[in-house]
Amino acid sequence: MELTRRNAMIAGAGALFVAGLPIRVSAAGEDAIAAFTGGADVGAGDITLTAPEIAENGNTVPIEVASETAAEIMVLALGNPTPAVATFKFGPLSGSRAASTRIRLAGTQDVIAIAKLDDGSFVQASSTVKVTIGGCGG
Amino acid sequence: MISRRDFLQTSMAASAILGASGFGQWSRLAAQQAVTQDQLLEFETFGNVSLIHITDIHAQLKPIYFREPSINIGVGSNKGAVPHVTGADFRKMYGIDDGSYAHYALSAGDFAALAKGYGRVGGLDRVATVINQIRSDRPDALLLDGGDTWHGSYTCYQTQGQDMVDVMNALKPDAMTFHWEFTLGSDRVNEIVEGLPFAALGQNIFDAEWDEPAELFPPYQFFERGGVKIAVIGQAFPYMPIANPGWMFPEYAFGIRDENMQEMVDEVRAQGAELVVCLSHNGFDVDKKMAGIVKGIDVILSGHTHDALPEPVMVEDTIIVASGSNGKFVSRVDLDVQNGRMMGFRHKLIPILSDVIAPDKEVAAVIDGVRAPFEAQLSEVIGQTDSLLYRRGNFNGTWDDLICDALLSEREADIALSPGVRWGPSLLPGQDITREDIWNVTSMTYGAAYRTEMTGEFLHVVLEDVADNLFNPDPYYQQGGDMVRTGGLGYRIDITQPQGSRITEMTLLSTQEKIDPARTYQVAGWASVNEGTEGPQIWDVVESHIRKQGTVSVSPNDSVTVVGA
Repeated sequence: MELTRRNAMIAGAGALFVAGLPIRVSAAGEDAIAAFTGGADVGAGDITLTAPEIAENGNTVPIEVASETAAEIMVLALGNPTPAVATFKFGPLSGSRAASTRIRLAGTQDVIAIAKLDDGSFVQASSTVKVTIGGCGG
Repeated sequence: MISRRDFLQTSMAASAILGASGFGQWSRLAAQQAVTQDQLLEFETFGNVSLIHITDIHAQLKPIYFREPSINIGVGSNKGAVPHVTGADFRKMYGIDDGSYAHYALSAGDFAALAKGYGRVGGLDRVATVINQIRSDRPDALLLDGGDTWHGSYTCYQTQGQDMVDVMNALKPDAMTFHWEFTLGSDRVNEIVEGLPFAALGQNIFDAEWDEPAELFPPYQFFERGGVKIAVIGQAFPYMPIANPGWMFPEYAFGIRDENMQEMVDEVRAQGAELVVCLSHNGFDVDKKMAGIVKGIDVILSGHTHDALPEPVMVEDTIIVASGSNGKFVSRVDLDVQNGRMMGFRHKLIPILSDVIAPDKEVAAVIDGVRAPFEAQLSEVIGQTDSLLYRRGNFNGTWDDLICDALLSEREADIALSPGVRWGPSLLPGQDITREDIWNVTSMTYGAAYRTEMTGEFLHVVLEDVADNLFNPDPYYQQGGDMVRTGGLGYRIDITQPQGSRITEMTLLSTQEKIDPARTYQVAGWASVNEGTEGPQIWDVVESHIRKQGTVSVSPNDSVTVVGA
């Protein structure tokens, strides 16, 4: 079969649509959290995660994490086949304890950031990022 | 001590009792069953600042008919809250008499009959008269345009928005924000914005590559009015590259970015702003949520979801004003600002009844001028309608039923899909359908009517995806349109379910058979956000269909069963 432009377009749309439904948290995500925290309790506190509510492009989603008192911040995309995104390490000489990057999301899912603070405790923030093919604006 | 909030509420209640609030006045006038321009515009000037808000004009330069929705379901914390109250419930809520012009302007029900009595609405020459009247009361009133201005008509398409730019410039706005404008393509948008004689604002318009604020669209603009330092912060439609074709403006990124909004509010307050106004294209429920998160905004002028509310809604210390669409309303908001605080307001949603408000001659001449080269094409009669043709409603409207019929027959499809947009005027039974009327409900820069194959499973995913844009309980995940309209396909929707579980009982109407997830169906639609979509333009498809029909008649549509509303 010849791959026509039209077929290519339909295939492309299909791929996007399949990405539309929420994805469950994988065991790999839970393992990554356990490895980072050593099983310690994770509370809320000095951590912010900034992410779009709806991704404009699931292949490159801008996110930012910040914490005044973090030694390390781990970012996980819990719905991705490989949840680990990055772990940022900060020290006394860090100009600011914030980092921004772009991540690829396989579908609608929760992105979480867990910070290990200078005092050894853990805090987290999460954000649901929707990956959609979009509808029709007013 | 009287708190600011108590003061605001007291002020509002007092003004209602005195008849100075727009609404109390309307009910009294309605009883008289007649209205004059003076009565529509009557307003006792208040405080020291006046804001004039118009939004979502969708290029409607001339008077039109526009039926408000009878179905507009709210979910989550917005269930049963305005603007999700319609028809008789809406009239009861605001004390509007049945049959009054307020009934006609603000709610559905007996629309065709009332339209014959009260006539057309809108027309930017009438809007100009209202603006001039307000400016004669308060010469330094701020005129703020909420966007969706350079889109939605034959002339707007043919001139790439120049007709609207010329007419709006004649109205002399002070600032504007954006949505459909970007579907002109970023080159054209940049070209127009670079020459605009007023501020083009959007704190959430970012450079897509660097995720930094876009230079062409400043976040805010300061104005000194009545001795008050006012900051107007723009908020463009957050989901443009998702709801509209992002490939047409790939240099730009958007999003709600409420954390940046808070930074901007703090920044303008630090620079001495005594009044902070957000000119928003978020949509009403998103604005309500944002008002609860971002501290320090006094007034949100809300657009996008096309709601017309006779009174502002208060969220903590912020008032939210919704001013309708298609040139049908202008809001006037007078504010008393003392020592850097908004101490009270007086508001009126002014319906632009075209037969009551005299056109402004200067602006009428500009409108005639931009339309003149196209008059023959605009006025050509394509057919007639026996039915009321309208668009608004969460699930269907007769215009989209007709468009879906056109797609099914002209494109020989099993199923038709039509986007759930909220723009597009109405036509009354017995009216001619002109080419202009068809373009008013179809005009866009990505109007190709595609024909493609979809499996039943894929169709289900499409409906679920769009339904979540409308019925996700968190407003920040809503995009503000309506449900995609379906032709040849019926379904049941339980709006209380999560995404993936709302849509059931999908049925192919031609055979009454259940949709088979594995089977392939021929699907025709329009307004695809995908680049490279091929097909005839939707307005040509609809014109061809109407010509064959001569007189169109749309039967009641009961193909969607709604549960959980």
